[in-house]
Amino acid sequence: MRKVLLRSWVRAGLAPGRQGVAALLCALVLVGVARAAEAPPGGSAVAQRPASERVIRMATTTSTENSGLLGWLLPPFEKVCGCSVRVVSVGTGAALKLGANGDADLVLVHARAAEDRFVAAGHGVDRRDVMYNDFVLVGPKADPAGVRSAGNAASALRAVAGRQQRFVSRGDESGTHQMELDLWKSAGGLPKWAGYLSAGRGMGEVLTMASELQAYALTDRGTWASMRGRLELAVLSEGDPALANPYGVIAVNPARHPGINARGARELIDWLTSPEGQARIASYKAGGETLFFPGVPKVTR
Amino acid sequence: MGLLEPTLEALRRLAVLDPALWTVIGVSMQVSLAAMAIATPFAVGAGYLLAMTRFPGRRLLVVLVQSLLSFPTVVVGLLLYLLLSRQGPFGAWQLLFTREAMTIGQVVIAFPIVCAFTLAAVQAADPRLHETARLLGASPLRAAFTVLREVRFALVAAVLSGFGRVVSEVGCALLVGGNIAGHTRSIPTAIALETSKGAFIEGIALGIVLMVVALAVNVALAFSQGAGQGAAVAGHRYRSVARGAAGRPAAP
Repeated sequence: MRKVLLRSWVRAGLAPGRQGVAALLCALVLVGVARAAEAPPGGSAVAQRPASERVIRMATTTSTENSGLLGWLLPPFEKVCGCSVRVVSVGTGAALKLGANGDADLVLVHARAAEDRFVAAGHGVDRRDVMYNDFVLVGPKADPAGVRSAGNAASALRAVAGRQQRFVSRGDESGTHQMELDLWKSAGGLPKWAGYLSAGRGMGEVLTMASELQAYALTDRGTWASMRGRLELAVLSEGDPALANPYGVIAVNPARHPGINARGARELIDWLTSPEGQARIASYKAGGETLFFPGVPKVTR
Repeated sequence: MGLLEPTLEALRRLAVLDPALWTVIGVSMQVSLAAMAIATPFAVGAGYLLAMTRFPGRRLLVVLVQSLLSFPTVVVGLLLYLLLSRQGPFGAWQLLFTREAMTIGQVVIAFPIVCAFTLAAVQAADPRLHETARLLGASPLRAAFTVLREVRFALVAAVLSGFGRVVSEVGCALLVGGNIAGHTRSIPTAIALETSKGAFIEGIALGIVLMVVALAVNVALAFSQGAGQGAAVAGHRYRSVARGAAGRPAAP
């Protein structure tokens, strides 16, 4: 395509008159701009990398993007690698779907059971633990359900249902939603009551909704930390080992989708799990709070 | 992924009266029909007045109504959200995340559409009709109904356009309704949810349901229009009679 453009520009340049000269100048500027846009962010150090491997597509959950972690984590890698990482942030379910369809080179998600199914189905290879944080149960500051005095997360949920209080569920098959369903399972099943609202929306919208309705909700700590200033809610239950939230990274299976950037995906996974990448994760803070811890949680479910 | 398979699955779920699916359809229908029922009389009245009366600032109002035609629904939702939020002026009404809030939003969205279409239809109507009705002794209200009766097919088109916009609208419904399962989950917000889950097949199935619903409403109205075809001819005759009765107007 560039060849065609160049030819027309050259022709315009050969045409007599000022118009032709102007067109030629425009063409030169355009070529310069195009060159600059195509240059890898890392500069000349990795100019030998083929163009098809300069872009890494990563599908991830909203929590890693919204918390600001990726903006802190990816630039140093992009510099080393000489490539740019394009992030699509959706729910864990949708992120895995993007990976399965070959619309991403790797996925960074947090739903262990779904991740294992993804790998077992042959969609992904080389799953690795990257980091973890935890979930917290938030609710009205007055705590009408008495969640604060509940022993663990499951009994806290039972208290909400027992007192017929409102509870806003993600209801979107996200990692947080799957965690909530696991907790209900260990609480003896999800009871049916009118206050259980299945919102089918993202974490931010669910927290806003819970604040508006003065309802309870389960949230990841990162989203909570970034939004709590605007919410009339408080953390009422935390610290239960069952609330650990481990993140895993998986490369999309290159055998299934030959067109993907398998090399880039592998390099990004290597970097995320390298001492350098892990240190970078540990040093990220939002609002003075550490949101992600490197490695695997001390106590797993 | 094929189109046939999800279509068949959606039709099967409709046939076996899947309660979740029918609740979603019910929410969509209830909210959109209520919004049209509320918006239509006011919008038609306003459109008629804008077309037939002259007052200072009229042109400005016409421009305003016509530009509201392309007002983004998500902005309507945002403004309504801020009004109904706990911190907002109407927060005490506790309307946020209810079907009532969705209905209010759709009334706001439908009003300019019906109003602008009515305005255009009345302006395009034969001006002698109104004069004649008045000359024959009709009250202004009676004359207005005569004119609106004359343009009733354009009015049906106006209401259909309004309905089409509100029933398929997702931005406002998502913001002020909240997409709560069984309460405020409508067909478009359900499609948005399924897509965000990566469940494209379910999204397509719901999209087909939405198209079937829209088609059904249009067919129903087409049948009522079909019954009215004779009336349209009769109306035409009536108009000629009225014209004859009033005598040909003086040369313009």
